Amino acid sequence: MAALLRDITLGQYFPGNSPLHRADPRFKIILTIIYIVALFLAKTAAAYLLMIAFTLVMVAVSRIPLKIVFRGFKALIFIIAFTSVLNIFWTKGDHLLFEFKFIKVYAEGIFTAVTMVLRLICLLIGSSVLVSYTTSPISLTYGIERLLAPLAAIKLPVHEFSMMMTIALRFIPTLIEETDKIMSAQKARGADFTSGNLIQRAKALIPILIPLFVSAFRRADELAVAMECRCYHGGKGRTRMTKLKAKPLDIILVILFGAFAAGMIFINKITVFGF
Amino acid sequence: MSSFIEIKNLCFSYPGDAQNAAVPVLHDINLNIKKGEYVAVLGRNGSGKSTLAKLMNLILLPTSGSVSVNGKLLSEDLSDEECIEVRRNIGMVFQNPDNQLVATVVEEDIAFGPENLGVAPEEIRRRVDEALRIVGMSDFARHSPHQLSGGQKQRIAIAGIIAILPECIVFDESTAMLDPSGRKEVMDTIEELNRNRGITVITITHNMDEAVRADRVVVVDKGRIVKDGTPKQVFSRPEELWSLGLSVPQVTELFDMLRCLGADLPEGITDEEEGAKLLFEFIKNRN
Repeated sequence: MAALLRDITLGQYFPGNSPLHRADPRFKIILTIIYIVALFLAKTAAAYLLMIAFTLVMVAVSRIPLKIVFRGFKALIFIIAFTSVLNIFWTKGDHLLFEFKFIKVYAEGIFTAVTMVLRLICLLIGSSVLVSYTTSPISLTYGIERLLAPLAAIKLPVHEFSMMMTIALRFIPTLIEETDKIMSAQKARGADFTSGNLIQRAKALIPILIPLFVSAFRRADELAVAMECRCYHGGKGRTRMTKLKAKPLDIILVILFGAFAAGMIFINKITVFGF
Repeated sequence: MSSFIEIKNLCFSYPGDAQNAAVPVLHDINLNIKKGEYVAVLGRNGSGKSTLAKLMNLILLPTSGSVSVNGKLLSEDLSDEECIEVRRNIGMVFQNPDNQLVATVVEEDIAFGPENLGVAPEEIRRRVDEALRIVGMSDFARHSPHQLSGGQKQRIAIAGIIAILPECIVFDESTAMLDPSGRKEVMDTIEELNRNRGITVITITHNMDEAVRADRVVVVDKGRIVKDGTPKQVFSRPEELWSLGLSVPQVTELFDMLRCLGADLPEGITDEEEGAKLLFEFIKNRN
């Protein structure tokens, strides 16, 4: 159980030294936004081909094993399949392909379904390769903090938000370990987590959740004192050891992604067989 | 030499509320600690020793009496800057290493203190590397805390305190949750800080073997200081410590039993090596 949970929470980041790994986290967040916008610009078959090609190049450059990339969206296959089936039957068009009683399938419907699936898959792969697989949680948090920094001017608690994220990330493995310990302790006292219906199983979790909450609050209290002892007094006057600096690599990536988005707009003008 | 930490007639009670009366914890404590000293504060659970520590860096404020650090009286009138300066000067390491580490990467965690103080990035880098070297954890700079053992985590917590350059570090039962090897790692680090770097060390403990490593042992019982002296002096009367619910180091206990049996051996032996030598001499002379 603990091993499983650990996989989910920490298995995302895949350490490496590719250009995508080395890129500045702030830029990567911006690149992801450009990438998503570009995906939604795609309208024609040629544009979709460009989208797929660009995503594949990104995966290749990141050197993330394909196995890991595919594992990432396995959980979402059902949703993807469901939306595509809906699209096939609900889209109306001019080219009727198939008719059975009230069910009508149009060529446009199939095109929409296929492109929807492609878009969703690219979205998942692209954004996870850009952010979750190639950025360590700490630099991601830092990137978000720096990107949101201007918002501090309108009194948004940007520093507090990023401190909370850092601490949450820090304590995920600790609390997972603790959950595992509590579960073993309750099992040793005869607790049963695996049988019964859904409600009974949910009820069986209460003896785990309550000790976990109590201990989390105690930890929070101790951590707060330890942080005060280390002179923590909020974000005012705080410096950071690591400074983010834009490198030529980041600029090149922005140009490439910009070109990709611009390419999308142009390629939409080319149609093949009316698509 | 003048006192670095000066505690005068200190009393402290945790404030009560509607249901509970205030709980008095410390009564009339007088204690002076000099710069560079290595002091062990010994006492059983609930004797008030941890509360005493928290009064030294403004986590708690005295109910009556006074605590001064470097001649500065600790009170709620201190400005934020002065308060931070006191906390910087008196570092504190706690019992559970997990609940002291803030960041997901070791070196980021050590940088936390200096970052709070607004130290320049290059200087933080230098301090982090230096602190890691002192605690012997340089190879783990990029590790995540949950990959480390308890002793290693505690050494990282110590490094995090070293990086804010305190003159004094208080260890509040910092080895209580560690296994024997982790405990030894941490004790060696503490001793190195005191002997070679001149940092004043106050260890709060109920472990005798830790207390004997100090220059001075202060025994606290029911919120009062009952003994204050060198380990030899304090441990020379085991029955007094037993009556306080404490034990003495095993060597001391052995020597005490032998003396009760009529053996002509000195009292207050706390060092195992020394004890072994004396026993060897004793047996040789008898034959």
